[in-house]
Amino acid sequence: MADAAVLSSDPALALKRAQQGQSYWRRVWQRLRDDKMTLAVIGVLALLLLMVIFAPWFTVHDPYVGSVLRRLKPIGTPGHWLGTDEVGRDLWSRMVYGGRLSLLAGVVPVFLALLIGGFLGILAGYVGGVLNSAIMRLTDVLYAFPSILLAIAITGILGAGLQNTILALTISFIPPIIRISESITTQVRHLDFVEAARASGAAPLTIMRYHILNNVLGPILVYATSLISICIILAAGLSFLGLGVTPPSAEWGLMLNNLRQALWVSPFVAALPGVMIFITSMCFNLMSDGLRQAMDVRL
Amino acid sequence: MWAYTFRRLLYAVPVLLGVSMLVFALIHLAPGDVVDILVPPEVPKEIADDLRRRFRLDEPIYVQYFAWLGRLLVGDLGISFFTNRPVGEELFGALGNTLILALPAAVLGFLLGILLGALAAYNHDSWLDKLFSATAIVGVSLPHYWVGIVLVAIFAVVFNVLPAQGMGLGGIPTSWEQLKHLILPVVTLSLIPMGVISRLVRANVLEILSQEFVGALHAKGLLSRRVLYHTLKNAAPSALALMGLQFGYLLGGSILVETVFNWPGSGGLMNLAIFRRDIPVLSGTIVVLAAIFVAINILVDVLQALIDPRMRR
Repeated sequence: MADAAVLSSDPALALKRAQQGQSYWRRVWQRLRDDKMTLAVIGVLALLLLMVIFAPWFTVHDPYVGSVLRRLKPIGTPGHWLGTDEVGRDLWSRMVYGGRLSLLAGVVPVFLALLIGGFLGILAGYVGGVLNSAIMRLTDVLYAFPSILLAIAITGILGAGLQNTILALTISFIPPIIRISESITTQVRHLDFVEAARASGAAPLTIMRYHILNNVLGPILVYATSLISICIILAAGLSFLGLGVTPPSAEWGLMLNNLRQALWVSPFVAALPGVMIFITSMCFNLMSDGLRQAMDVRL
Repeated sequence: MWAYTFRRLLYAVPVLLGVSMLVFALIHLAPGDVVDILVPPEVPKEIADDLRRRFRLDEPIYVQYFAWLGRLLVGDLGISFFTNRPVGEELFGALGNTLILALPAAVLGFLLGILLGALAAYNHDSWLDKLFSATAIVGVSLPHYWVGIVLVAIFAVVFNVLPAQGMGLGGIPTSWEQLKHLILPVVTLSLIPMGVISRLVRANVLEILSQEFVGALHAKGLLSRRVLYHTLKNAAPSALALMGLQFGYLLGGSILVETVFNWPGSGGLMNLAIFRRDIPVLSGTIVVLAAIFVAINILVDVLQALIDPRMRR
């Protein structure tokens, strides 16, 4: 591992091994291969992604064309196996197409927050001192809001729409990522191999890139996958409140909102879009658990 | 201990100042100002500008901020654009209604979470552990607003045994008729805390049970009941921190569930304020909910320090 690499006599080889960290990742991969549950979950997510990207191949009906004659058909109707919504659009089509926006709004904010929050957190943890205080005190201010409240405050004041949803959720997820990456970086920074690298004259940037990043990235990535599950629920929740994606877009939360008025007529059709939110968020949670076990990191 | 509490309280001051700046900045980043919301676009510009002067919107932004902050500090949250009533009054009633849901939901969620988590850990790798762990992961993966809809579909639409919306007569529930209104929203709200707490308690108890001092306690001949006491005491601080956080989420994040059940709480108030563009109600609610969240966090930190003196750094 990295500390062995530092002690190795050939500096070029040491650098290469530190960069690759191969043995560790190979072991992670082996452990992951034995974990059937996690593999199955990753399979389900891959299938979902394929379905969403190649939506036309998996659906017969246009998700945006309805008919008054076909409103609120029950589950199991010939031609519309999951029924139709309040304006007669095929529910299966809308659920498949709806995954595009729901997954986008669930994954993109976490990815952006990971870039921004991860950078700031590692910086704060590695540099320490005044910079650490400045970054962490600003984080504390964002932490004073429950994440859903912050997201609602931003979209509620700035207005609905996909862009504002992504902006709001990104800002809500930056503080927890900063905190996690700062605390892990601080821990790693004081480990012996980093001291050794510093003592052997490695430049700060090299230490940060090869020694810190290699050890910090894994735990942060695992944490981020668990955030995706929350983000998908919140993104759909914002649309459910009318603060996210705007009609007539197909999106799981928005569909749930539109179908609410039909709850008393056909309760089960009305509840259907939520199943997709649940399955997706569950899969991301299970995947995060599996990855954590494979990488054997403690958070 | 008192010094720690004082330090913790003192530290809340800059955080709350930051919160107020953030909310104020958000309102001013929003497209259009207060006057654009209040008067129709066909109103002559002179009248609109006159209104802007009267609302002091023509002054520099920092003067406006300090004036707003000053009113906030003496508890004046402004007047609702829509109902013309003081925001504080409206918010106070709504917060009470939110508390009527959040308290029983927290008690239910925490008790179930601790029970399931501890039982799972003590029966590690048995079918009980697998069942409870699965329950917990379902609990944290469920979109709770959707659970609310499903519960309404089952218990109100299909079986027609429980009311789907509102809180009946209002106020603190005393009769069965009023309690019936509580059941579905409370169960819905308790799911996430249940899942989150039981996952943490299971992991914590497992870790503590593997530590040497537990073996030492057993070797010393201590009754398992006493060993359990030591285990729980060690698991308590982090569980407590999470419970505080979850209770804060129940208060501040209740908007989705309150919308599903048409509950007249703080979340419902916020939802109305957003769609009426009622800026004073919206900003007041956000600031007060954030302040409550900060207060809960301080309380949790102090409680944690009481249990575990190592925390008093």
